[in-house]
Amino acid sequence: MNTPLDGAGALPARLLQDAPATLERLRERLADDAQDAGSLDVAYRTLDTAVGPLLLAATDVGLVRVAFGVQDHDLVLDDLARRISPRVLRAPQRLDRAAREIDEYLAGHRRDFDLPLDLRLTSGFRRIVVEHLPRIGYGHTESYTQVATAAGNPKAVRAAGTACALNPLPIVVPCHRVVRSDGTFGNYAGGTDAKRTLLHLESASRP
Amino acid sequence: MGSHVLPTPGVYSVMNTHEPFERVVAAHGARVLRVCRAVLGPVDAEDAWSETFLAALQAYPDLPADANVEAWLVTIAHRKAIDVTRRRARLPVPVAAAPERAAPEGTWGAAPAADADVWRAVRELPDRQRLCVAYHYLGGLPFAEVAALIGGSADAARRAAHDGIKKLRAPSPQPTQDGADR
Repeated sequence: MNTPLDGAGALPARLLQDAPATLERLRERLADDAQDAGSLDVAYRTLDTAVGPLLLAATDVGLVRVAFGVQDHDLVLDDLARRISPRVLRAPQRLDRAAREIDEYLAGHRRDFDLPLDLRLTSGFRRIVVEHLPRIGYGHTESYTQVATAAGNPKAVRAAGTACALNPLPIVVPCHRVVRSDGTFGNYAGGTDAKRTLLHLESASRP
Repeated sequence: MGSHVLPTPGVYSVMNTHEPFERVVAAHGARVLRVCRAVLGPVDAEDAWSETFLAALQAYPDLPADANVEAWLVTIAHRKAIDVTRRRARLPVPVAAAPERAAPEGTWGAAPAADADVWRAVRELPDRQRLCVAYHYLGGLPFAEVAALIGGSADAARRAAHDGIKKLRAPSPQPTQDGADR
């Protein structure tokens, strides 16, 4: 049988040569064209921050996912392709505003996010918890018990913890403001260090 | 486009098995660009590449999970190259009328001077030889699939590809020196 490239060595090298600069330009043009055509279901970019590289992803509704480096961005993209749509492209433009607000927040210059959010990746009790979290003010914390109570089920402390752990929009939806009743930080999708960094940032920047 | 390789985007299943399209671009973008350059020349290749991947993105959710993504992309690239050529010519293309006609100069744009010889050699190949070289040697399509795409038999596609390669391998693209191979 013929292997597909059998004999390709006889071709002039120029025909086989890669053109990385051209490809990058074409890739950017594809993201623009896809956006204009309404065919870009999930746009994403990464952002280097003090809490490590963040993956930001948005649908045409709004920001749909924020993920820490420790969560493995490739796995997160696989999950978005499965649960939303495989029409996923790196397209920083749709995420300009989210990236700017997160940068401002991490620099201590922003207390609230003013972004359209797409909460389609969370539902049921977890969604109620996620919708409650932004009501915990900047620089304040609540215990998992308080969050469970606010979500309408004081006994669902463990479920409230799970809802925080699975928050699709960490940082922007402030699950880091939920701590243990004994005052210790508790777990965090981005790691305990990231949670500590965020809580210290907020206590230092609080007027 | 009503082509069978571009199914109408419709409601797709909630749990999709496809990987993110960005990875398809990363895995196959360079190969599709090589194919487009060989078929259309380095300038128009960019339009064909862009149209190929936009059409592929739109159809992607409906692509069967076991489909050969690479062959699918080369097939779309073939159709988009025809579209680009037609727009360039602003005339109906006589597809079957002149199979041994070389590509019109106008579709090759202005290649950088250093590469001019290579592109001239490719451009001067008869259409079928150029397409067979592009789709088999650069695109990785088996000869049977090349034949399905451009017509004729798999054996004819194999011969055309070999003839094309032979001409490209010749030290000079000028036909007078090509005679030594015969």
